[in-house]
Amino acid sequence: MAIYLDNFLFTYQSLIYALGVNSLLALSMYVVLAVGQLSLGQAAFMGIGAYASALLTVKFQMPFPIALAAAAVVPATVALMIGTPTLRLSGVYLAISTIGLGEMLRILYLNWDYAGGALGLNGIPEKAGFASIFGALALALAALVAVCRSRIGRAFEAMREDEPAAGVMGINLPAYRLGALVTSAMLAGVAGAFNAHVSSFIAPGDYGFDAAVTILSFALLGGIGSPFGPVLGAIILTALPEVLRPLHDYRLVVNGFIIVAVVIFMPKGLLSWRIGRLGVRS
Amino acid sequence: MSAPLLDVDALSVRFGGLAALSEVSFQVDRGTVHGLIGPNGAGKTTAFNLITGLTPQTSGRVHLDGAPLDGLPTFRRTKLGLARTFQNIRMFREMTVLENVLTGAHVRINSELPAVLMRSPGFRRSERAAVTAAREILAHVGLVDQVSRRGGELSYGDQRRLEIARGLASEPKLLLLDEPAAGMNPSETVGLIDLLVSLKGRGVTLLLVEHDMHFVMKLCDRITVLNFGKKIAEGTPLEVRRDPVVIEAYLGTKVARRLDGQA
Repeated sequence: MAIYLDNFLFTYQSLIYALGVNSLLALSMYVVLAVGQLSLGQAAFMGIGAYASALLTVKFQMPFPIALAAAAVVPATVALMIGTPTLRLSGVYLAISTIGLGEMLRILYLNWDYAGGALGLNGIPEKAGFASIFGALALALAALVAVCRSRIGRAFEAMREDEPAAGVMGINLPAYRLGALVTSAMLAGVAGAFNAHVSSFIAPGDYGFDAAVTILSFALLGGIGSPFGPVLGAIILTALPEVLRPLHDYRLVVNGFIIVAVVIFMPKGLLSWRIGRLGVRS
Repeated sequence: MSAPLLDVDALSVRFGGLAALSEVSFQVDRGTVHGLIGPNGAGKTTAFNLITGLTPQTSGRVHLDGAPLDGLPTFRRTKLGLARTFQNIRMFREMTVLENVLTGAHVRINSELPAVLMRSPGFRRSERAAVTAAREILAHVGLVDQVSRRGGELSYGDQRRLEIARGLASEPKLLLLDEPAAGMNPSETVGLIDLLVSLKGRGVTLLLVEHDMHFVMKLCDRITVLNFGKKIAEGTPLEVRRDPVVIEAYLGTKVARRLDGQA
């Protein structure tokens, strides 16, 4: 039995890691969508986390935990700088400025020879593994569920449903929007660090607009009624290409078709269950 | 004579060339019900939006309990003691009735992020206390048997009650009600009057916009009348409904006579 399990884990190791990393990215998307904002910068934050941590481990031989902490702090700082001016306004400003961030960073990585330039960064130590990735995922999920079931979660949902009315409830809208963006940048950055430290190679093209849209589709597919929805979406969209392998070149078509079908027929996502907002049993 | 709870001084707003509200001043005294009436487009809801900060004013001043509100964002005004309902109901439709009221109590619940993450005893205690308080408010407005229904599933009249409950949950000094009786059937309106009278009995100060004149005359201690963004009259219900300017602009002779007949 143990041998079969070992074989399975060995064969599908990279897929299993991808499930964990993408679930973290889905959670990072969830936190922004939960306050009714749209960010297309999750891939960019992931890239910042990946590059920051990989540079620390590759160029400075720093231990992985320190690199992981940097992968949370650096994207959070960038999110703070972008969010402070844009989130005072409501509407699509965040989406636009985060698309800009992604493009800007891609070109920066391309021309930054120290970080490998267009060739990317090689030989990143494989420090992350099953325990650290899924441990972080479990921790993030537990924290988000706790936050959902409190006045913070109620404020999030109120903002998503009707922002002016949420303001009338006394909810500090700019602070909550900024807090959500910073949290989401930290989650994406940590996911980026894990990804870099299991694949041992990162390149500028990994964190562009395509990746941003893929991360958004995790949340759309799964639904944002609870933090579990986006995770489900990430698992399905990550595993699907493997499951559909017999279809060869058509598998991405099927992938796209499923997303379109869900958006049309299940606008609340696959998991429409809505998490309760009370901190105690009523 | 104590200082008024709400002091609106020469409040004005222009939308491009339109003076939606010009130089409107009035005061709301503590523990009273104050009515704001006038024809459609007179600027009543605009006045509410200026007082609560949803629309920035062009000029003028607003003080609540002596504190200047000018320039403050909406959520700060709520902390200072303002709450309101909306003319077109703005329920959190996906949330349960209880969650709606707890959201209204946002500024009264002080649990911070670390306590939330650790689910500390203090956090649980404050949640439990908030739920108890919310249930009391819901009992008071008559919705206690509907606590776990979604806000959007309630009947129209009940949604209006829920909005009032949500406003009360922040323990406001002043509650602004924008057409609370709109769309209600006569029996629901009677129930609403009873509710508002009982709120007044508990010391809640109310400022309300309403078109149902029987409702207004019955409930209000003082009335301010607006027309085309300007204040045209102010006084007790009796004074207002006998004011020829008000009759000309808004009530019409027939309604005024009928109201007088009832009084």
